[in-house]
Amino acid sequence: MTKADVLGFCQRYARNRAALVALGVLVAIVAVAIAGPHLLRQGGPFELAGPPFQPPFGRFALGTDMLGRDELVGLVYGARTSLVIGLAATLFATLLGVLLGGIAGYYGGGADEALMRLTEIFQTIPSFLFAILVVAILSPSIESVIIAIAVVSWPPMARLVRGEFRSLADREFVQACVSMGMSDLRVIALHILPNCLSSIIVTGSLLVATAILTESALSFLGLSDPNVMSWGFMVGAARDFLQRAWWLCAIPGVAILVTVLAINLVGDGLNDALNPRLRHL
Amino acid sequence: MQVARGRARYIGRRLVQAVPTILVIVTINFLLVHLAPGNAADVLAGESGSATPQYMAYLRHQFGLDQPLYVQYLDYLKNVVTLELGYSFREGMAVRDLILQRLGPTLLLMGTTIVLSIGVGMLLGLVAAGRPNSLRDSAISIFALVAYATPLFWVGLMFILLFSIELGWLPTSGMTNIAAFYTGWRKVADVARHLVLPALTLSLFYMALYVRLMRSSMLEQSGMDYVVTARSKGLTERAITWRHVLRNACLPVVTMAGVQVGNLLGGSVVVETVFGWPGIGLLAFRALFARDLNLLLGIFFVAACLVIAVNIIVDVIYSVLDPRIRLR
Repeated sequence: MTKADVLGFCQRYARNRAALVALGVLVAIVAVAIAGPHLLRQGGPFELAGPPFQPPFGRFALGTDMLGRDELVGLVYGARTSLVIGLAATLFATLLGVLLGGIAGYYGGGADEALMRLTEIFQTIPSFLFAILVVAILSPSIESVIIAIAVVSWPPMARLVRGEFRSLADREFVQACVSMGMSDLRVIALHILPNCLSSIIVTGSLLVATAILTESALSFLGLSDPNVMSWGFMVGAARDFLQRAWWLCAIPGVAILVTVLAINLVGDGLNDALNPRLRHL
Repeated sequence: MQVARGRARYIGRRLVQAVPTILVIVTINFLLVHLAPGNAADVLAGESGSATPQYMAYLRHQFGLDQPLYVQYLDYLKNVVTLELGYSFREGMAVRDLILQRLGPTLLLMGTTIVLSIGVGMLLGLVAAGRPNSLRDSAISIFALVAYATPLFWVGLMFILLFSIELGWLPTSGMTNIAAFYTGWRKVADVARHLVLPALTLSLFYMALYVRLMRSSMLEQSGMDYVVTARSKGLTERAITWRHVLRNACLPVVTMAGVQVGNLLGGSVVVETVFGWPGIGLLAFRALFARDLNLLLGIFFVAACLVIAVNIIVDVIYSVLDPRIRLR
């Protein structure tokens, strides 16, 4: 990749105004997630900081919840949880999807048929119920939530990678590599994979958004690590007090919405910038 | 007659194809119980400590835990396939009966959601594609973008806050007004009033999905050769859109609707929990809360079967919409 490539990429990305704004928002959220906990009062998100049900814009910027925990502190720690789980689950799902889709697409034949049938079955299974089951059985922890989300989100990635690999495997430059006696692994790693990396990145970025939504729904239902604060858990815990303190439900929900929206828009922008030949309708 | 017979044969073949899927699901259930840390009976009974010795013995027997693993597997398979899903001590009822009892409300919620999300989604997509990049198009696209990123449970809670608590227009939870013993049409109206918010909440995300899909599909189709042909024949734009483009543009939406049925069931766990809608989703939440894993496994199995059935129905609808597709 040359300097001109990078510059062209940035220019194409910047042409999408919404994606540019979304990138700024996302950078801010990531900064809060990384630095936020160090800037706040020590004691963590579960500390009882003051009297319960303090409304926002008083002594506490966003008020306190029904137990007197600082809402702002919870929000900052929740950003960390959402991003870590979203990224880790997507990473595992991508690895699994690339592995299975790659084998199916490159080798074709029986392996392709069997793996695609498996992918289809996993797409039929009600994925959120499956995730619930996995977390419930492994007992809720940050690892089990990551595993559950990864296990339900690899099929689209596998289908994408399989399609890309299939069309690339027939191309002349790949055929040339094979006839030169290059090993399969070398052909895949050095010649096929780099050529479908842009599609993988775009799909992966959308998977992060879905993973964050899934994590929030799981933690809303009470399936989150009891030692880690998360946005979905905050909404779920405040649910019974909707009438008395509606902002306790509203604020973390807005945080989820803004984060997911920003990631989706960044994904769109990446798509425009990485696949300029594809017209985005 | 010929068509009907072909269709029946097709449905039969699809049912046979569903067998491996069901096998995989049963295997997953079995593996999950056995891979989990600790003794399988402990896992199934949960950690709440309220399991009686009789219940533990029953679970050991139900899952044949004193047998070799492959015998356990075959027994489990036989039980599940014959819908012997066991007994839920927490709910005091057979798992199968519990699920069947709650299937109706879930199907009502799902059916309403599917009709609402596809109907409104296609309509908005059509309107947006009618004049691309207009103000109308931008407004619809922004709505779809936001709805696509909003967590369902949060929308549900905000709807309750606005329409039930603040405005007092609609009930907050449940499926019927328990205090009033309505009958006949008044009962139907009562259920409908309770249905509005859950169905709207669950629809929003899928509506957004179908709006985006319909819009891009309409734009893609309107560039096709057959549209040019129709135009050169002298057909009006209205006739081209309604009689030619629309029918072709619907196909990806129908396909996507079939794919989304499984996710719809997952979404209904959240929505039913928020609105206290007495369906399978709320049952799943209660099972979760009580750590009644055997019930949860049963729900998962029945839900997967439901998805398979709906997918077959969608494929038949698809063949009606697009005669080029042979029922193979």
